[in-house]
Formats: sequence, structure tokens, C-alpha cells
Amino acid sequence: MVYPSFMSLTANDVLHIARLARVQLSPSDVERFTTQLSGILEHFAALAAVNTEGIEPTAHPLPLSNVMRADEVAPSLPQDVALANAPEQEDGYFRVRAVLE
Amino acid sequence: MTGEPWRLTAHEAHEKLRAREFSAVDLTRSVLERVAAVEPKVNAYITLTADLALEQAREADARFAAGTATPLTGIPVAVKDLIVTKGVRTTAGSRILENFVPPYDSHVYEQLRRAGVVMVGKANMDEFAMGSSTEHSAYGPSHNPWNLDLVPGGSSGGSAAAVAAGEALVSLGSDTGGSIRQPASLTGMVGFDPTYGRVSRFGIIAFGSSLDQVGPIGRDVEDVATMLDCISGHDPRDSTSNPQPLPDLRAYLGQDVRGMKIGVPREYFVAGMEPGVKARIDEALRLFEDLGCEVDTDLSLPSTEHALAVYYILAPSEASANLARYDGVKYGFSDRSGQTMWENMEQTRAGGFGNEVKRRIMLGTYALSAGYYDAYYLKAQKVRTVINREFQAAFEKYDIIVTPTSPTVAFPIGAKIDDPYAMYLNDVYTLPASVAGLPGLSLPCGLSEGLPVGLQIIGNFFDEGRILRAAYAFESALGWSNRLPELA
Repeated sequence: MVYPSFMSLTANDVLHIARLARVQLSPSDVERFTTQLSGILEHFAALAAVNTEGIEPTAHPLPLSNVMRADEVAPSLPQDVALANAPEQEDGYFRVRAVLE
Repeated sequence: MTGEPWRLTAHEAHEKLRAREFSAVDLTRSVLERVAAVEPKVNAYITLTADLALEQAREADARFAAGTATPLTGIPVAVKDLIVTKGVRTTAGSRILENFVPPYDSHVYEQLRRAGVVMVGKANMDEFAMGSSTEHSAYGPSHNPWNLDLVPGGSSGGSAAAVAAGEALVSLGSDTGGSIRQPASLTGMVGFDPTYGRVSRFGIIAFGSSLDQVGPIGRDVEDVATMLDCISGHDPRDSTSNPQPLPDLRAYLGQDVRGMKIGVPREYFVAGMEPGVKARIDEALRLFEDLGCEVDTDLSLPSTEHALAVYYILAPSEASANLARYDGVKYGFSDRSGQTMWENMEQTRAGGFGNEVKRRIMLGTYALSAGYYDAYYLKAQKVRTVINREFQAAFEKYDIIVTPTSPTVAFPIGAKIDDPYAMYLNDVYTLPASVAGLPGLSLPCGLSEGLPVGLQIIGNFFDEGRILRAAYAFESALGWSNRLPELA
């Protein structure tokens, strides 16, 4: 397996990741995170050497899957309580700026 | 009332409450006075709940009068600030939740309240539990009661410091990669990270969902067993909560350990371990032998060295998804100075998250992104399987595995803050059991340069009882229990 940029994140890579993660970065943030994240990724390169041929991935340490509950209506938070922490609300809704530009 | 009740263990305090030597209100006042005296130096709490504590203490006294008290009724506890408490601000150590007042209770807090505990406050922590020193808290670092210039460990550093400083008798922390065990080690306390699934995560602010687990920190093994008994059990509101029946954990305390097979993995004894830590661990192994245990120092867990990379790919990946919910729309800090919703969201997250949280969100986002998923995330999940298998093979031969908890004693505040990878290395001995979902307990095994050293006992899935049996025997033989530092 090839690890093209294990040791070489560029400032543009970091800006792209930050955009995907919805975090605004200042130019000094970009500089710092480019160095730090590259340094951390460099330490991960050793994983490539582990033979995982035919090994199943583990998503969860215990053999529990598809845990279901009965599909019954149960009490939930009242609307005013669910909205109580909202930075802005209007007519029982969360209020935000226009989503579509 | 005589003496200083805040110095007692929970079980000692319980005996005195039962004997009416003092009331729960007296005990709570003693702890609150201790908090007033030392909290300015320690900073163990983000939010203090003194009025609520006194109200809960009065309820506890009524339960003693009515004969419905439990071993935890009236006991002052600290609750890590990522454990949601209805009507009490819960920040997860982050600015992005600085005004968040939860509309519901977590399962573990419900359980504690049912038992009648008294909550002193919400304990300080690294932001979203990401860190090993509490220096990543938006509310300032906690200080180690053994030496105020040093860190108490993290992420549950406030929970550990509160118990060590006398600001609570016991506490709840949470452990994702070592966040209960490492601070317990650095403050000379006992900390227990139970099997993944033993304790419900309902109402626990999520970091790495396949790794997070709540557990207790206390001044001796018995208190930790009592707390774990209280918070464990199946909860249908967490689909990963395990329906296994829970044994009475306190029944394991005092059981003989002769013939117990202990594996000591040689991969844990590598460069980076302080000589003083190694000396205490070697002595601890001899003590186990004196107790009649069979100690084998030739166990090999060859993939140990990869646990760090596996963890720092998987946990940030899960975190990047879990923390997507902090968008400034539904609750918490919100920067609304932008022109569009997306702009506001990016500014909110820029201003609301600290640097370590941003680093991990970006690390996780990268590991999950197109083109890198197979090389990082999927590869790490496969190596996780390899690590799990090695542990399972070891438990065919051994009852428990014993290691140091941390390669070092407590380090100075500021020493590692600018080097993220150096900070990650603090967890090198606690990460493998976390990755495997196994239970692990840390308890003190002596001092090095005047600072506590922690011993880690790892058990098989749902084998908390055997860990407690070994820990209790060790603690009794060492004669180290409830040793509190004298705060200068």
C-alpha cells in the first residue's frame, strides 16, 4: 500500500481539511497545524508494516450488533425545553442565517 | 463533630454517618470548607454546586432517619463536566458549551442520585476529554495536590485532583485512552475504567464512541468498587450498554489471590520509562509473588507499539463525527457575525474550540476523507483486531495483566503543551487496553521522587471482579490506602 502524503501535508491540504471540518483557520493556525499534523502523521507510518492480510476490521470491541428496541412512542423533551439552549429561536424553530446563497 | 471528615474514605464516612457521629450536612459542610480553602490553588472544578450539595445532604440525612440509606448516601462526589446533569451547567471543558444547561440527566448521574450522593460540583477536564494534563481545559488547568506546579494528569484531572485534595471523597471520570487511569496514577488515587459497555454512555458528551467509558476515582479500592457497583448495569438508552448481569463487586474484596496467574508484557518495559517508576513496578511484582501469585514477566504482546497510532487515528475519527453537532445552531457558543449560515458555523467552531480539539477534528477528518480512508481508518481498525487477539490469547494463560499506568510521574505544567505528540505518549501504557475495550484499574504502588507511581491491572472482558480482588490484596499488603498529600 502506498502512503503518498504521510509526511508531507501542505498548507493547502490543511485548508482543505479545515473546510471539510467547518473550522475557520487564521494564517498562523494553518502554519502551526501543517507542521504539527505532519509530525503526528509521520508517527502513524509504522502501521503500514503490520500484516493485516485477511484480518477483519474492528469497529466496536464487543460482539453486539443491531440492538433494537420496540417501536413504541415514548415521552420526549417538550419543544420549549429542547429550544431552551438555542442561541436564537423563532416560532418554535432554531433560527439561522439563510442556508442558500 | 470532631476531626476533618473530608479526609475519610467513602466507606469510613458511611460508617460514621450510620453511627450518627456526624450528619450528611456536617460532612458536606466539611468538604465545602475544604473546597473554600484549597480550590483557589487546585482548580479542580469548573462549576461548584454548594447550594445543591447542602440540599442533597439534607435529603441524605432524611434517608438515614428513614432507614433507606445506601453505602453512598450523603457522600460528597465530584462529577466530571462531560457527564450531563439536568439544570446544572455542563461544559465538557469547552468554551463552545460555556452556557449549556442540559435538559436531562445522564444515566450515571441518575444512578448516583438514586443512591443518595451529594454532588459538590462539576470537575475540570481537558476540553472534550482530549488531553492528558487538563491544560487543554478552557477553564484553566487543574494543579496536582502533591505539587501545585505539576499537572494532575488528564483528561479527568479535575476528578482526580478533587479527591486527592479533599474536595470530594470520590468522583466520576471518563476514560477513552487512559483518562481515568493516568490522572489516578499521577495523583496517588485509585481509578477504574470498566469494560466497554459495562456503564451506560447515555448523557455522556461523546468523544470516541467505541472507546468512551465512565468510571470512578477514589482513595481506596473499596470505594471504587462501591461506585462502580452503583453506576453499572444495562440501560436501554445506550445500544452499546451490555445486558450481562452484574456481580456484586464488593464481594471480591478480601478474596485470596494465591495461585493467581499474572502476565507482565515485556513490550511495556521500553525506553521512556523513568527509573523510579520501573523500581516501584519491580517491587510491586515481587509483592504479588509474596502474596502467592504466579508472576510471568515473559508475556509478549507484540503489537503494543501500534496501539498509539491505532488510537490516534480511531479516536479523532470518531471525534470528528461526534463534534460535528457543535454548530452554534441548537445550543452553546454561537458566532453570528458572518453573512451566511456556513460562515457562522466555521467562525463558531473557530472561536469555540481550543487548539487540541481542532487538531483532533482535523486529524479525524483527514483519516476519514476520500483517498485516505483505507490507509488510515480501515488499517487502524484491522490493527485493532490484531491487538484484541493478542490480549485474548494472553487471557488464555493469565488471569490478569499487570503494567505501569504511566511512564512518568506527574510533570510540570507547560512542559508538553507545545508538543502534541509528546503529550500523546503519556497514554502509551493505557491505550492498548482501551483499544481492546478491556477493563483497567490504576492504583498507587509507592512514590518516586516524592510523587505517586501507579500500577495498572488489566482484566478480560467483564472480569472487573478479578481485577478488584487483585487490587484489594495488593493495596492491603502494601499498606497504602487513603494517603492524601499535605497541600502547602
